[in-house]
Amino acid sequence: MSRPDSLPNAVRDTFRRDQVFSPLRSGVRPVQPGELDARGKYILYMEEITVSFDGFKALNDLTLYIEPGELRCIIGPNGAGKSTMMDVITGKTRPDHGTCYFGQTLDLTRLSETDIATAGIGRKFQKPTVFPEHTALENLELAMAGPKGPWQALLAPITGEQRDWMASTLDTVGLLAERDRPAGALSHGQKQWLEIAMVLMQKPRLLLVDEPIAGMTRQEVERTGELLQSLAGEHSVMVVEHDMEFIRSIANTVTVLHQGSVLAEGRMQDVQNDAKVIEVYLGENVES
Amino acid sequence: MRHSDLKTALTDRAAKVFIGVLFSAVILVALLNLLVPVDSALHVSSYTVTLLGKYLCYALLALALDLVWGFGGILSLGHGAFFALGGYAMGMYLMRQIGDRGVYGNPNLPDFMVFLNWKELPWYWQASDHFGLTLLLVGLAPGLLAFVFGWLAFRSRVTGVYLSIITQALTYALMLAFFRNEFGFGGNNGLTDFKDILGFSLQADSTRVALLIATALALAGAFVLCRWITGSRLGRVTLAVRDGESRARFLGYRTEHYKLWIFTLSAVLAGIAGALYVPQVGIINPGEFSPLNSIELVVWVAVGGRATLYGAVIGAILVNYGKTVFTGVMPEAWLFALGGLFVAVTVFLPQGLVGLASDLLKRKRRTPPTAPQTTNKESPHEPA
Amino acid sequence: MPRVLILLLVLIGASGLARADLHEAVAGLGSRSFDDKAQAIEQIARSGDPQATVILDALESRELVEDRANQRIVLGEKGGDGWVLKDPISGEALGTVGSRDARPVVINNRLRELIHNLRAVAALASANPLERRAAASQLVGNDDPVVLDALRERQREEDNPLVSGVIDTALNIAVLRNPDTELAVRLNAIDAVAGSLEPAVRNVLRDRFSETDASSEKRAAQKALASIDARAERYQMADTLFFGLSLGSVLLLAAIGLAITFGVMGVINMAHGELIMLGAYTTYMVQQIFPQGHEWSLLVAVPAAFLVSGFAGVLIERLVIRFLYGRPLETLLATFGVSLILQQAVRLIFSPLNRTVVTPEWMSGALQINPVFSLTFNRLYIVFFALAVFLLLQLVLKKTRLGLQVRAVSQNRNTARGLGIRRERVNALTFGLGSGIAGIAGVALAQLTNVGPNLGQAYIIDSFMVVVFGGVGNLWGTLTAAFGLGIANKLIEPMAGAVLAKIVILVFIILFIQRKPRGLFPQRGRAAEE
Repeated sequence: MSRPDSLPNAVRDTFRRDQVFSPLRSGVRPVQPGELDARGKYILYMEEITVSFDGFKALNDLTLYIEPGELRCIIGPNGAGKSTMMDVITGKTRPDHGTCYFGQTLDLTRLSETDIATAGIGRKFQKPTVFPEHTALENLELAMAGPKGPWQALLAPITGEQRDWMASTLDTVGLLAERDRPAGALSHGQKQWLEIAMVLMQKPRLLLVDEPIAGMTRQEVERTGELLQSLAGEHSVMVVEHDMEFIRSIANTVTVLHQGSVLAEGRMQDVQNDAKVIEVYLGENVES
Repeated sequence: MRHSDLKTALTDRAAKVFIGVLFSAVILVALLNLLVPVDSALHVSSYTVTLLGKYLCYALLALALDLVWGFGGILSLGHGAFFALGGYAMGMYLMRQIGDRGVYGNPNLPDFMVFLNWKELPWYWQASDHFGLTLLLVGLAPGLLAFVFGWLAFRSRVTGVYLSIITQALTYALMLAFFRNEFGFGGNNGLTDFKDILGFSLQADSTRVALLIATALALAGAFVLCRWITGSRLGRVTLAVRDGESRARFLGYRTEHYKLWIFTLSAVLAGIAGALYVPQVGIINPGEFSPLNSIELVVWVAVGGRATLYGAVIGAILVNYGKTVFTGVMPEAWLFALGGLFVAVTVFLPQGLVGLASDLLKRKRRTPPTAPQTTNKESPHEPA
Repeated sequence: MPRVLILLLVLIGASGLARADLHEAVAGLGSRSFDDKAQAIEQIARSGDPQATVILDALESRELVEDRANQRIVLGEKGGDGWVLKDPISGEALGTVGSRDARPVVINNRLRELIHNLRAVAALASANPLERRAAASQLVGNDDPVVLDALRERQREEDNPLVSGVIDTALNIAVLRNPDTELAVRLNAIDAVAGSLEPAVRNVLRDRFSETDASSEKRAAQKALASIDARAERYQMADTLFFGLSLGSVLLLAAIGLAITFGVMGVINMAHGELIMLGAYTTYMVQQIFPQGHEWSLLVAVPAAFLVSGFAGVLIERLVIRFLYGRPLETLLATFGVSLILQQAVRLIFSPLNRTVVTPEWMSGALQINPVFSLTFNRLYIVFFALAVFLLLQLVLKKTRLGLQVRAVSQNRNTARGLGIRRERVNALTFGLGSGIAGIAGVALAQLTNVGPNLGQAYIIDSFMVVVFGGVGNLWGTLTAAFGLGIANKLIEPMAGAVLAKIVILVFIILFIQRKPRGLFPQRGRAAEE
């Protein structure tokens, strides 16, 4: 259980990176892209993150930690800052204030999107964003972990091993039959699956999954749940979802965001009975 | 999915057809020009040989633009600048070949420098005494400019319309610069009055035919190269960058490197086209930098059809043939035709003639398209 | 009644008496000696006769001739094969003589200058202080005792400080030129002229500096020269700034319509330059229709150009652009095609040659602030005109219903539709508004440059640079960028020359856009990120 919030302050402070690794704090430390040092207790450290857009605070002093191999669900009403949080982790948005570390050494607030992706953070977007003119298989090829420079892309052929890997990943998400269809021609649910497959091909240490089951059938939802659970352990997985039933079926730990900061964190049933959470969700359709 | 290497690119059907058609035409014209007597009805004039050579240079230029625009989604409105730089590099060599046969008979300096009272050859003219170094310069000058410009632009994520406008400003600035005498490129008049290339007279029919064949070879080579690139993973990543640059970044691609790679290569190809163009038309002047030229080039590619390679070649040849015909028959109507073409192609034929042809073919075969057409290419699915 | 009669008789008699002198003086012009002629000229000028100016003007323009047959000096105008002669004093016609029977009275440069000076001396008495100052300026550096006397005389009566300042300068220069003046008086004079920018002052100070033996005078002259140089430099700067401002207003006028179509609608209108050109041709047409009305035809031309270009804009929007929303690069290509068509159409209708638009009287001339700094009226008016157009546009966008809708559509297309705004109509009108302003810009540009089919092309790249540099979608950014680039251009020009200045500016903008891709004042919010 990772609940730094509920620990006494003194104990909590020992978990704070900036206290534990105080030498790292002073001066500019060299940032080595791509090298992940995941030996610490957590794989992701977000501390006191604040992001504001034109005065509106999308994130307000958000502190959140993710353990290696953990499956964490993030819920919260609209505008709670879920997508902005993902944007900060993936480097799309720079926080005004706060620190965000991936492992012990990688300062995500200073890395580019590309470096963050290469370091091992994969993201499935809310709107499925596949490449519509590429076939399903080509989409996986694009996502596949490995050297990503133009020269390698021109000269290095695809190995048989990589071919098998792509095929098996497509099989995992049930799209093997669609391998040569342009991704733009797939159904909405299929696109969701394809994007999950793409994230898998990146071999990430941390998966950010934004509303994975929108537009899926009941069976697809179940399979998604199983897939996400099977991924946890080897990868750390953060899932943002509105569907409470789905969350309940897969979640160990749930974090509730509200107005840009953590409102509550813990097991699903505890969180559901939390007075603050109920108050926030009053009027919102918790069950939907 | 295939991963093409150079061999497959050379042997695939499109390449075979393309090279076959290109060389049949070129060799036929060459034979009819050199072997058939002048008074025969079958004789092809030297004017036509040069005209065809000019078209093929334009085709190569269009191919270069298709690579960045069709595949990379970078609408460069300054590709004429790379073409002109290659042309100037070749023109400088041809100037040096004149030697003391100029009007002033100065063996050390080109006429215009004598006229400007210059005493010695500027340093950047030194390489132009050697053909080998000139070839290097033909690629290096546009390539380096594209590399530096692209590095600055792509790194700071200048995209879309903004990029188009600053590429236009680039060629405009170069035009103003080349108009100046101090720059040492002949100012207003540019470089002209060339005599020979590698010792062969530029006026000789055989030289003209040889230049035509060289142009055809360059075009064929560039076509195969582009097929290879667009068929490789590099090509697929480039398409991905075109359709969703920020998504590609989240997959770990340094999209700016890809854009830079393809932009620089394209500039080099444009430079080669310019270098082949100059000995055939016999002049290069700052007018080649004019923004109008670069934008006209865009319409060649649009008419043929983007992202197909051969579409660009067809478009360049057709539009320029049309220009030749029009300006001969009713010169005042040409700009109306060209303007109308711009409007018609963008509004009615976004996929160009190639797209139109393949649509017609599909309808004829009565096979429903396997995939619903993806909606417009210009606004790709960007992550929210 | 009798008294009036007497007065009248006296007047006629007096003038008759003067006229006799005048006759004699005019006859004196027939002398071979230039000294005699000079004396005659002075006599004529002093006569105070209204006819005197006529005679002197004729003398200057070689229309005062000697009638050989009658040995007299008369006014002569070349006509047909000979001279049409008129009496110089009564103006009565004297018939015509052959071209060989009369020849113009010859004058040299000294006499020409004398005429000028005499005219200036006469103008010193003018009721208009501006004319008095101009006359005094002309006499600065003149040490003819007659002129100096006239200046001293005027100085006694002069109540306008500007005029008397100039006269002081003129008198002080005379003091300095006179080798017999005492040192103390000279030092005083140097002090007094130290601030003047008249070229004559510089010359005399330089002479004093090199000629004088007194070290105190040398020092004073040097100090005065330095202060004049510093002052001249400041005004030179002001002059540059003014040119920069006027170039900036031209850029603003050209770019502001583009700022609307590009910034608000996301349409890259390459035909914008041709819409400016249409405005310029409209100005030309209006002048053709009212050939007598050059002074006020601009008042008609402004609304006419707005309507012509605006209507053309609406047509372009309805026929072409409407199919291309959301595809900015394609609007660029299509409108480029439109621009070619418009250019060629104009070339066919009006010929490829440039047309001249007549500049009205009230726009020519300059406001002379001092000898090194003047504001030409046409540039001055363009600065005001550009600002007025800008403010008017702001007013339209802020206060009218159309403006509200335009802003709503530009900020969020979908929401605006939800609010029941008829997008089609708003799009067409917005485009028409931007185009109409281009037309107005054309009216202004027609006053500065030649009106030809390529007029628009010259401005299109500059206009885009201004809009992109200022930040798309921000009119104040456009204003800042236009004036900033205009002034920067004029500041660089003296160092590098006009073309190089332009290249420097272009390269600067290219580099700037790469540092700040959204320009000086980027538009914020989610809509801007798409």
